Amino acid sequence: MKIAFSTSGNTLESLLDTRFGRCSQFLILDTETKDYEILENTQNLNSVQGAGIQSAQTVLKTGAEALVTGHCGPKAFKVLHAAGIAIYLAENRPIHDLAEAFAAGKLALLTDADVEGHW
Amino acid sequence: MQIAIASGKGGTGKTSLAVSLFLANADRSRLLDCDVEEPNCHLFLKTRFVSRSSVERRIPLLNPDLCKHCGKCVEACQFNALAEAGKAGILVFEELCHSCGGCSLVCPTGALQETPLKMGAITRALVAEKAELITGALAIGHTETPTLIRAVKKKQPDPEVEFTLIDAPPGTACAFATAVEHADFVLLVAEETPFGLHDLKLTLKALQKKGLPFAVILNRMRPGFSSVQEFCKEKNYPLWLQIPESRDIAGTYARGGTLLDAMPELQESLRLLLDKCAEELLCNRRN
Amino acid sequence: MQPEELVIISGKGGTGKTSITAALAECFPSKVLADCDVDAADLFLVLKVTETQIAEFQSGHVAEIDPEKCHHCGHCATLCRFEAIVSSKKGYEVDARACEGCKVCVNACPHHAIEWKEAFCGLWKESQTTQGTLFHASLYPGAENSGKLVSFVREKTRKKAVDEGIPLVLVDGPPGIGCPVIASVTGASIILVVTEPTPSGYHDLERVLVLAKHFQVPTYILINKADLETSYHKKMEDCAAKFGATVIGQLPYSPLFSKAQQKGQSVLTAFPTSPEAETLRSIAALLKQKMKMS
Ligand code: SF4
Ligand code: SF4
Repeated sequence: MKIAFSTSGNTLESLLDTRFGRCSQFLILDTETKDYEILENTQNLNSVQGAGIQSAQTVLKTGAEALVTGHCGPKAFKVLHAAGIAIYLAENRPIHDLAEAFAAGKLALLTDADVEGHW
Repeated sequence: MQIAIASGKGGTGKTSLAVSLFLANADRSRLLDCDVEEPNCHLFLKTRFVSRSSVERRIPLLNPDLCKHCGKCVEACQFNALAEAGKAGILVFEELCHSCGGCSLVCPTGALQETPLKMGAITRALVAEKAELITGALAIGHTETPTLIRAVKKKQPDPEVEFTLIDAPPGTACAFATAVEHADFVLLVAEETPFGLHDLKLTLKALQKKGLPFAVILNRMRPGFSSVQEFCKEKNYPLWLQIPESRDIAGTYARGGTLLDAMPELQESLRLLLDKCAEELLCNRRN
Repeated sequence: MQPEELVIISGKGGTGKTSITAALAECFPSKVLADCDVDAADLFLVLKVTETQIAEFQSGHVAEIDPEKCHHCGHCATLCRFEAIVSSKKGYEVDARACEGCKVCVNACPHHAIEWKEAFCGLWKESQTTQGTLFHASLYPGAENSGKLVSFVREKTRKKAVDEGIPLVLVDGPPGIGCPVIASVTGASIILVVTEPTPSGYHDLERVLVLAKHFQVPTYILINKADLETSYHKKMEDCAAKFGATVIGQLPYSPLFSKAQQKGQSVLTAFPTSPEAETLRSIAALLKQKMKMS
């Protein structure tokens, strides 16, 4: 399966960016092949509002089934949830660490938005 | 004529002045509270409720039976108010919608119908059984400030009065711009401090862009402070009323009173102030 | 290391928030400052600044009609719901200030005469001051204060603190209780509300506390001009208790703040031995304690 991580780096050593709507890119990891790709999230920097919603749609288009990020606002949550993507919350640790934690079932599954959206 | 009472930032005594002007001219004016995010003129007035009407805007409602998931609406919306959620179809976030109508315009199947959503209310009330206070209040969670301000300003029921006073929202952003738009005259309340001067300059920039005639009302004059006065003199800007800094006024305000409560002797000057606005308007028209 | 972030807000304007921010800034030896009061960004007036960087801030788009291509059909004007398309002698024009940026006209123009341009809503600046680096911004008149500029300035400030290992970010927050305030409060480590004992001061305090509680940020309250009307103290204390906040101190109705302003200084520099300065220093000490800073 594919997992999306919000980040500002390009490798599995990079740290998780705890922001979702405003992270600069996503790292999409294929858990079987261990291949990964980087997807920019820059169009958001120009949008007037609704960055979380846009990010959610970006993640959706990658075909990822799970997302690991730091926080998730209510609108992004609604989109991801409706699309059936599981959201896991984590701290700004290296992505390979988090991938292991995910595999071991140690990441917390988010069942409702944990922060208020803004603009 | 329409007179807007404005200030670059909050806390300059703008509302207190607007309410006092209104009270001193109760026989010939009406007050529109256009500070719709925080309307508080009514806190300083004894009013009798007359009527309330809600203000609506339109938001798209999705008919899932007609929706073909083409995504054209999502692409059209500039405000990210629509989202494609995979198998769940299109989601509408009404709180982000600016009611532009763009999505229903592009939808090829007519799956998006516009429906009204309440965004705020306009209340009419009477002060001393004769003078009218019209208050616009934005419902919590709504941000269409300019739309509501426009609605308040359009709500001009009879009887016609000589002066319509507009309590404009603080700042120089779009809410302020909408409130002072089409005003015949603007009274700018400024505080006699360096911060006050800086804020006044910003507001003037915004006003001059629109070419609106104005006069400055100086609040909280302190001995030894004169930067705003000097600035007005140098630029030849009219300075019409000067209100001293006083603990008494601040105390009256803290107890829910107005400038006029603290300084009843201002009654006459506040009447003359509106006459002066009218004169200026006449002069401008003649030229 | 993540820096601590102290955000100072007030709800209504005129409570003395900026003067107090300037004074508190002097009590923390190492910090980066952010002025997010984009309506009245006055902090720089008491900090002696030299601008080192200045740039336009882009947000959204506006429509612009190319008169060469416009056939004067007026289709755009009937569709625009924001009264932004005006007809003049020269033909149709977009009033950029009224334009909401919805793109309806751009998509609908049969002659493709309407261009879609990036909109700039203000300027952001980086400056050097007597109190370290300051990030500030100014909105263009009539621009929308959506909170985006606030988030932007805050992020710049934060990044600087992280990059240079500075332990504290001090934010002079935006006025009101709307979107910009929410944008400034998310992610704060501690909030200081500067309020005053007036009906609107109290009213806004309550709304700000609701917000702070929602974001679960520890919140402290400073009552300025406290001696103006003492009947509010109890109410404010009760309100604070209800939302898990604490009244941390009081300042009197005092002429020293505007006098210091006139000198282009903070109260601490201008009147270092005044009781006001003393109170502010002790409040700063308390805040340091709460943030577990030495
Ligand atoms: S009406 Fe305009 S703002 Fe609202 S959802 Fe449709 S396109 Fe977006
Ligand atoms: S973009 Fe929208 S608001 Fe702006 S002029 Fe065109 S239709 Fe009007």
